[in-house]
Amino acid sequence: MSLLDVTGLTKAFGGLMAVNDVSFGVEEGGIDAVIGPNGAGKTTLFNLISGALRPTSGAVRFAGHDITGLAPHAVAARGVIRTFQLVRLFGDMTVAENVRVGFHLSTRGGIWSALVRPRWARAEEAEVAEKARVLLTLIGLADRAAVPAAQLTYGQQRLLEIARAVAAGPRLLLLDEPAAGLDMAETDALAEIIRTINRRGVTILLIEHDMRLVMGIARRIVVLDFGRKIAEGTPETVSRDPAVLEAYLGTAESCEGAEVLHA
Amino acid sequence: MFLLACAVIAVIVASGGYFVTVVCFAAIYALFVSGLNLFMGYTGQVSFGQNAFAALGGYSTAVLTTRLNLDPLAALLLGALLSGAIAFVVGFPTLRLRGHYLAMATLALGLIAYEVAVQWTGLTQGYMGISGIPGLGFAGVEIDDERLQAVVLLAIAGLGMGAALRLRHSRFGRALAAVAGDEEAARAVGINITHYKLAAFVLAAVYASVAGSLMAQYVGFVSPEVFGLAMVVLGFTMLYIGGIGNVGGPLVGALIVEALPQTVSGLKDYQDLVYGAALILILIYAPKGLAAINPGLPLAVQKNAS
Repeated sequence: MSLLDVTGLTKAFGGLMAVNDVSFGVEEGGIDAVIGPNGAGKTTLFNLISGALRPTSGAVRFAGHDITGLAPHAVAARGVIRTFQLVRLFGDMTVAENVRVGFHLSTRGGIWSALVRPRWARAEEAEVAEKARVLLTLIGLADRAAVPAAQLTYGQQRLLEIARAVAAGPRLLLLDEPAAGLDMAETDALAEIIRTINRRGVTILLIEHDMRLVMGIARRIVVLDFGRKIAEGTPETVSRDPAVLEAYLGTAESCEGAEVLHA
Repeated sequence: MFLLACAVIAVIVASGGYFVTVVCFAAIYALFVSGLNLFMGYTGQVSFGQNAFAALGGYSTAVLTTRLNLDPLAALLLGALLSGAIAFVVGFPTLRLRGHYLAMATLALGLIAYEVAVQWTGLTQGYMGISGIPGLGFAGVEIDDERLQAVVLLAIAGLGMGAALRLRHSRFGRALAAVAGDEEAARAVGINITHYKLAAFVLAAVYASVAGSLMAQYVGFVSPEVFGLAMVVLGFTMLYIGGIGNVGGPLVGALIVEALPQTVSGLKDYQDLVYGAALILILIYAPKGLAAINPGLPLAVQKNAS
């Protein structure tokens, strides 16, 4: 059984089928990717899995439980944590505080413990601060810990969002275009960070336009076009699939198309 | 913060008269605005109806002490409990609204409280109000000396702001700030935003209620007008002048706004104009409030600390 099972997932916005009868599975422990041209329904698919949108029909099962239609925070509590296509940080908070917020699910302090500060709450705060520091070191932002998050460069903000998501203790991490807006060096660093997170036992599903990144790290790829799944398989098979080449470039014969996907 | 409190207390002891009255009202309002700050500053929501909870606290104290001869402290605590409970019940459906809709719904809450105070004459004596409320104190001891009253009220306000500071720098406070920062991102890391908005609303109501009770005890009288819309406007002015989201902001704002009419009272008819101009200037040149102007000030450390 897969960690994540999506079956017949459909989302209609009026007459538009943003996601149309999509089924696939994500095995535990790997790095998988969802690709497709703009408007193919990739982000809608993430919104359906993470609970931000309710599907019109179909089901999402995670670790054997039906999580279809659960509220986003409840999906997160099950261990499915996402990032956003347009970075969503808490801009007024410091870099360190952004990561600390991420530990919400694994900590338990409430109003009373905040006011009274019993020993366990102080220990919990100290532990959160230390774990946040470790995560910031992983993404290379330890020296920016006290800076308001809004002051980071775009690339740094993307990494910070990933660190915050990792803090939330995901079993499955959904990354929505993590390389968007990053230059080549930053993308390479990102790939290394994604691999490191994966090695720590976090299954990863990412949406990505950067083919160099996808072909480099993804084990399996699902290809969407106009809301439908048109191909699925290893990077090699997908990049030679005529339907995929056509979706991206209009014709299966174009050798340029093959180059784009192989780049 | 500590230095400011010491300075204010020193001036109180040294002086007397009207200035002490100003400080007393400022301390009560600082508590009220601290609650508002929890809900609006930390959590990023809007409420125009906090006067409803101040009225609840004020009338609870008035009715319980004059009719049932209850101890003022017990009346204050019962009022706070009642306000918290009502905030919980009212907040549950209301907080599903956002932005302007939430603002309108809370505004209605304040207007309803006002109408109830006017109409339910059997309990509230309508426009007449309730007088003869015992002064500040507890267990039969009443604090008569007005300078001592000011010190006690400042201490209570300090306690309220200290609690707010502790809340802000905790898992709970981070969750509130996350809701203020980005609701979708907050949800994505597992924060139940409805739960935290409701908690902040209930806390703000408790602060407002305690402020209302203290107001009733200090003035010795409550009427619908005491907790009218003017209280909301005053609270907002203090919050923005002092610095929204800043723990020390409410006290700074309350002191300035309470002292301002004294300073500009020679202008009489132009008082509102000066008020308005001062507010606009502050919002333009110090949008984070006066408490945040100098990052070196201890007051301003709060928000960016750690």
